[in-house]
Parts: sequence; structure tokens; C-alpha cells
Amino acid sequence: MATVNKHPQSWGRYPIAKSSQVVPVYWRDELPNLAAFEQSILPYGYGRSYGDSCLNDGGVSVDVSHLRNFIAFDDETGVIRCEAGVSLADILEVAVPRGWFLPTSPGTKFVSVGGAIANDVHGKNHHSAGTFGCHVTQFELLRSNGEHLICSPEQNSELFRATIGGLGLTGMVIWAEFRLKKIVNPYIDMESIRFDSLDEFFELSAESDQKFDYSVSWVDLLIGGPGLCRGKFSRGNHNQDPALAQKPLKAKKLPLTVPIDFPSFVLNSYTVKAFNEAYYRVQIDKYVKKTESYEPFFYPLDAIHNWNRIYGKRGFFQYQFVVPFEHGREALNKSITHIQKAGEGSFLTVLKQFGDVKSPGMLSFPRPGITLALDFSNHGERTQKFLRELDQIVEDNGGVIYPAKDARMSAESFKKFYPQWQEFEQYIDPKFSSSFWRRVTQGTDSNIPLYI
Amino acid sequence: MKVAIIGASSALAHETAKFFARDGADLFLVGRSADKLAVVADDLKVRGAHSAETFVLDVNELDRHEELLQQTVATLGGLDIILVAHGTLGDQRKSELSVAETLQELNTNAISVISLLTLSANYLEQQKRGCIAVISSVAGDRGRPSNYVYGTAKAAVTTFLQGLRGRLAKSGVVVVTIKPGSVATPMTAHMKQGLLFAQPKAVGEGIYEAIKKGKDVAYVPGYWRVVMLIIKSIPEGLFKRLPL
Ligand SMILES: Cc1cc2nc3c(=O)[nH]c(=O)nc-3n(C[C@H](O)[C@H](O)[C@H](O)COP(=O)(O)OP(=O)(O)OC[C@H]3O[C@@H](n4cnc5c(N)ncnc54)[C@H](O)[C@@H]3O)c2cc1C
Ligand SMILES: NC(=O)c1ccc[n+]([C@@H]2O[C@H](COP(=O)([O-])OP(=O)(O)OC[C@H]3O[C@@H](n4cnc5c(N)ncnc54)[C@H](OP(=O)(O)O)[C@@H]3O)[C@@H](O)[C@H]2O)c1
Repeated sequence: MATVNKHPQSWGRYPIAKSSQVVPVYWRDELPNLAAFEQSILPYGYGRSYGDSCLNDGGVSVDVSHLRNFIAFDDETGVIRCEAGVSLADILEVAVPRGWFLPTSPGTKFVSVGGAIANDVHGKNHHSAGTFGCHVTQFELLRSNGEHLICSPEQNSELFRATIGGLGLTGMVIWAEFRLKKIVNPYIDMESIRFDSLDEFFELSAESDQKFDYSVSWVDLLIGGPGLCRGKFSRGNHNQDPALAQKPLKAKKLPLTVPIDFPSFVLNSYTVKAFNEAYYRVQIDKYVKKTESYEPFFYPLDAIHNWNRIYGKRGFFQYQFVVPFEHGREALNKSITHIQKAGEGSFLTVLKQFGDVKSPGMLSFPRPGITLALDFSNHGERTQKFLRELDQIVEDNGGVIYPAKDARMSAESFKKFYPQWQEFEQYIDPKFSSSFWRRVTQGTDSNIPLYI
Repeated sequence: MKVAIIGASSALAHETAKFFARDGADLFLVGRSADKLAVVADDLKVRGAHSAETFVLDVNELDRHEELLQQTVATLGGLDIILVAHGTLGDQRKSELSVAETLQELNTNAISVISLLTLSANYLEQQKRGCIAVISSVAGDRGRPSNYVYGTAKAAVTTFLQGLRGRLAKSGVVVVTIKPGSVATPMTAHMKQGLLFAQPKAVGEGIYEAIKKGKDVAYVPGYWRVVMLIIKSIPEGLFKRLPL
């Protein structure tokens, strides 16, 4: 049964793609016959990927977001099994009151378990816990030939590895099982420290990643001068006081919603500068320490629904790379200087060190090193050119770009970043494809009109 | 809390049941597909239901309704709330061309409901407490060319509930008529969804609140009360020419 309703979009709202058909799946026992589709197929979760990895222009999008049932949860061991469309928000709702937490979480809880696996997502605890895929014990994969395969480190282990970080190309995950993390209460002991140079960031990181499970920094790159950047370093651990387990969390405020597309002039380098200034200044003391509930610590952005609309109709680019530690300083020096020169304002810039916990994922993005995530309004060719130059810096420093946040890297770059792509390709389901995959392997699908 | 749900695999029923599960309720889930009921039961158990038992029934098997009620009471060890949620939107055009099709729609959406209500009303009336909640629809408020067979069935249910509410008020049994507007569920997946379409989770919460508060008539989301007030006030002479 096709629906006329949901047109898959990605969070960056660029590029615009049109699926030939959107097929919602509601029940595990009423799965679509994938073999019957003439066009290529791609599962779609909540569209929280930024670029085109969740899009399938001209093909079939199978909307998995309604496959949203829990299957089993063992309170004793923390092992949970659920359908692929269950969101991380659903899991927190069920798990937190019983003393369990996500093993790791991206910066939004509105992602599906299927999406978390397909992009092998990482969070603020990458240095201590690795990626989401590190905690997956098994899942069921539906292939277009009708096979239902249980994949785990022991069973169909190659498909297990290929599907984690496999960009939805190896088949449709129906359900997955993974391990949660034990907590004493829903509170986080957090510290926020203002820093005024890149060097200071490195010092804080080195000191924090031993002692804190979670760490991440918000940075302002538009200050100029020798310090290169300033920002706020945020770190935290789960609070261990059993007494707080009874303390009710503050009643949730209704989320704000951005109801319309902002006109494109709203976000420019001046407003970004002003925002960054305000955000930096709002913390008056250099060092702040408090115990707060997990939501504002992990998901500050989730408090504003559809915040992607502030970038207007043309959408925006996210850009995240990781470079090995030994090239960290040089790569950051160069890229920050490049951004400053171009005067491109990035609104939500995030800097973090990844650790060396190895993921089973074949094509996973995270690896030991420094990662920087940026976003840029879409000004058409000007932005594209600027980002190509950034690609070069990443490449020269042995780094890679995150597919979940990419809408534009060239096939040439992708193949350099992910030389294992050919090994991976043999596990792709013959009927599955995506706009992203066609672009980065064949260089096609890139002639999508720019909105200027 | 002992809650029976008829049509438990319905998206709206399931969303409502999640709230009862969080309260740790004992649930008795009735529907025609054993597989779907098992999926829903597992989900509700993880979400906190104290128990979730299932019973397979096509609601049009009227002669099994008595057995259903007995099983419900035996399994739950009593009954506090019965939520009747099953329904089919049907194909209006097909109904226009076929009496059998029309009757089938009326059977599923009205007759089966009335049968279930008759039996459970008597049980709760004797017990002198409890709640009957039924998902009717705004479609029953006024007949429209696009879905008047469905609307007729829902109107019958709404009227039946009005009368029943008066009767059971004396015994302390609450009767809640739930009138959702358009909701994005499998039932409406094929329709073009405009601005007024609500999400099932929000509607499930609205239904749960209405039951908890023992409301008489609940439009969910609430703005449908106003929408329907306007729709109902349009003179028939004009209304019949509107493309609704
Ligand atoms: C505010 C915000 C913050 C973010 N922060 C982070 C972060 O800190 N770290 C991080 O790693 N990511 C982050 N992301 C990106 C996000 O976590 C990933 O893009 C995630 O994969 C999105 O999941 P989704 O359910 O929306 O999937 P979609 O975006 O809809 O799809 C993503 C991929 O998953 C595949 N897929 C979905 N369901 C299935 C299934 N059932 N079977 C097989 N394949 C499937 C799709 O085909 C597609 O390839 C962030 C995104 C936002 C919007
Ligand atoms: N969605 C809306 O916009 C809307 C608006 C107003 C009112 N409603 C009403 O809300 C209720 C729930 O609908 P929904 O939107 O949640 O749709 P849904 O998910 O399609 O649910 C309908 C349910 O009714 C069950 N059912 C149908 N015929 C049955 C039969 N003969 N015996 C047993 N069960 C039967 C179906 O079972 P199977 O799964 O086995 O088919 C399904 O679980 C219905 O009464 C509907 O009329 C819906």
C-alpha cells in the first residue's frame, strides 16, 4: 500500500529528492514484497540524516518509522529488543525509569534504531563507549529475495558488519537487540568550562576524557586571532546518588516549534557572530558545575522542533570530519583559517575527540582522532566551492567525512576516504540503492537543482 | 486497573493502551489477528503493563460476544474499563454499488459495537462501577457524500451511547464517547493529509485523558468540537452543494 503523504526529506533539506513511491510498513507480519518493486529500494527512518544518504530519488522509500513496537526488555541484564522504527526517545521513556540508559546517543533522540545502526551513530561518549554498533547484539535483516537473516557477531557475521554503518543498503532491519547501560538516576553531574584557544581545548580534552564518560565542545570559529577559536567545553558523568532516583524530573516544557521557513537573510555571518557572542557570554563564570537532568545535557536542540527551518527553503549543509590525532592541530588550524577567510558562519559547531573503541561496522565513520562538525547555509556554488576546499584539507590530513551529514562530496573523495567501499559493495542488496550511493560511487544524482 | 480493549491492534487503541501500560494496568487485548495481538501485547508489557493477555475474535461473530465477555472477566479477574476501538473506513463508492458491502460496513462499525455494549453495559450496571469508552468519529456528526455509510454507523454508535450514558449514570458507570478528527493511522494512509491531521500518539493521549476524567463526549484533538460546530450549523441547502 503506497501513501501519498510523506515525502522523504533529509534534515538539511538539501538536496530535494522525489521517491517514485513511499511504502509505509506497519506490521512485522505484513512486510512488503521487496522483489516486486521495479525501482531501487531504500529504508527511511525519521529523516534525521542531513544529506542524501536517506534519500532515493526516483526509487522506492520504505518508511520504517511505523514499525515501532518493543519486543522484549530484560530488567536484569539491560538487553532490549525492539522494532527498527522505535526511536531513541521511546527507549529512554521506557528505560530511564527502570535505571537503564542508551549505550550511546547522537545529539537528537528523534532517530530510529534502524537509522542509528545504518549510520553507526556516535555520541558524547565515543571516547569511552564507541559507536552505537558496538552495543548491538543481533538484528533481523530482510533482503529483497525474501530471506530473513538473523545477523550477529557469530551468525551472518559479515552482513552484521556490513549493515552497521551500511547506510541502509544491505537490506531492511526489522528489529534489533542491543545492550543498555545501567544508571542510578536520570541526572548528570556536568561541568561547563569556557576556553579561549584551540590549545586550551586540547588540554581540556586530554584531562577530561579519562575522568568523564561524556565530553563535547561547542565552538565559535569567527573570533580571529592566534587562539583560533573559543568555546565551551562540556563534560559529565551519570550521577551516582540513589536518593536522586526518586526525585521527579522537572515537568517537560512544551517544545518550541519553528513553524515556517525563515527568510534566507536571517542567518548570515553577522547574526551567527551575534549568536555565538551571546552564547559564549551567557556563561559568566569560566567554570560552571551542576547536576541536571539528562535531557538538556544530551538534547538541547530537541527543545526546538523543526529548527532546521531557520536556514530557509534552500536548506543547509552539515559538514563533519575526523582527522587522526597526529594531524589534529594542523587540520584544525587550516580548516578554521579557511572558514574565517571565507567568512562562512557556522552556527552549531561541535568539536570532540573520538576514542579507539573499535566498531564492528565495515564502513563506519568514527575512528580515533579529532572530529569537527559544522553547518553552513546553502549559498549555491559559493558554498560548494568553499566545501571542496575544505575536503582537500581533510584529505591532506588523512581525515574522512561523515556520510550521514554529506550531500556533496565527490565520488573521488569518497573512494579515497573509504577504500573499503568495494569490499562493502558485495554485501549490498542487489535491489537497494540511495541517492548518496549513486553519487559517491558513480558520480550520478548530483545534477539536482540548487535553490538559490 | 483492569482494561479490556476491543480492536487492540488499531493504531489509536494501541497509542491509548501505552498510557494504561505505563500505569501498570492489566490488559485484555481483543482483535482478529493473533500475530498482531502478540506484537501489541509484547510492546505493552515492555512499556510497563502488569499483564497483557490476548483473545482472537472477528467482532462480526456476534454469537461469540457472550463468551468474550466471560473470558475477559475471568482473565482480568473483573473489569474496570472497556475500550471499543475497532473499525473500518470502508470504500464509500463500493458501498454505493453494493448492498452487501454497505451492510458489512454497518455490521463492523455499528452492529458489533452495539452488541458488545449491550452485554458489557449489563455487567457493569450490576457491578455499579466502571467505564465504557468507544471510539466513534466526527464523521457521525453529519452525513457527507464522501463517507456517509461509515458516518451512519458512527452516528448510530454515538446515539446509542447517549442513551446508554443516561441509563448507566444511575449505577455510577461512566460512558465516554470519543470523536477523533482525522488521524494519520493505517486507516487513512491512502488519503491526502492536510493540516488538520493529528498524530496518533497525541490522540491516544487525548483518549486516555478523556477516559481518566470520565468525560461524556470528547473531541480529540479538542479543536474538532469547534470545527464540527461550524459544519453542523451550515444549512442543509448549502451543505448539500459543498464538496465534502
Ligand atoms: C540535531 C541532530 C543531531 C545529530 N547528532 C548526531 C551525533 O551526535 N552523532 C551522530 O552520529 N549522528 C548525529 N546526527 C545524525 C543522525 O543521528 C543520523 O543521521 C541517524 O542515522 C538518523 O536516523 P533516522 O532514523 O532519522 O534515519 P534516516 O535519516 O531516515 O536514515 C538514515 C539511514 O538509515 C537507513 N535506515 C533507516 N531505517 C532503516 C532500517 N530499518 N533498516 C535499514 N536501514 C535503515 C536509511 O536507509 C538511511 O541510510 C544528528 C542529527 C540531527 C538532526
Ligand atoms: N484514523 C482516523 O482518522 C479516525 C478518525 C475518527 C475515528 N476513527 C476510529 O478510530 C478507531 C480506530 O481506528 P484507527 O485509525 O486506529 O485505524 P486502524 O489502525 O486501521 O484500526 C482499525 C482496527 O479495527 C480492527 N478491525 C476491523 N475490522 C475488524 C473485525 N471485523 N474484527 C476485529 N477487528 C477488526 C482492525 O483489525 P486488523 O488490524 O486485524 O485489520 C484494526 O485493528 C476506529 O473505530 C475508527 O473508525 C479513526
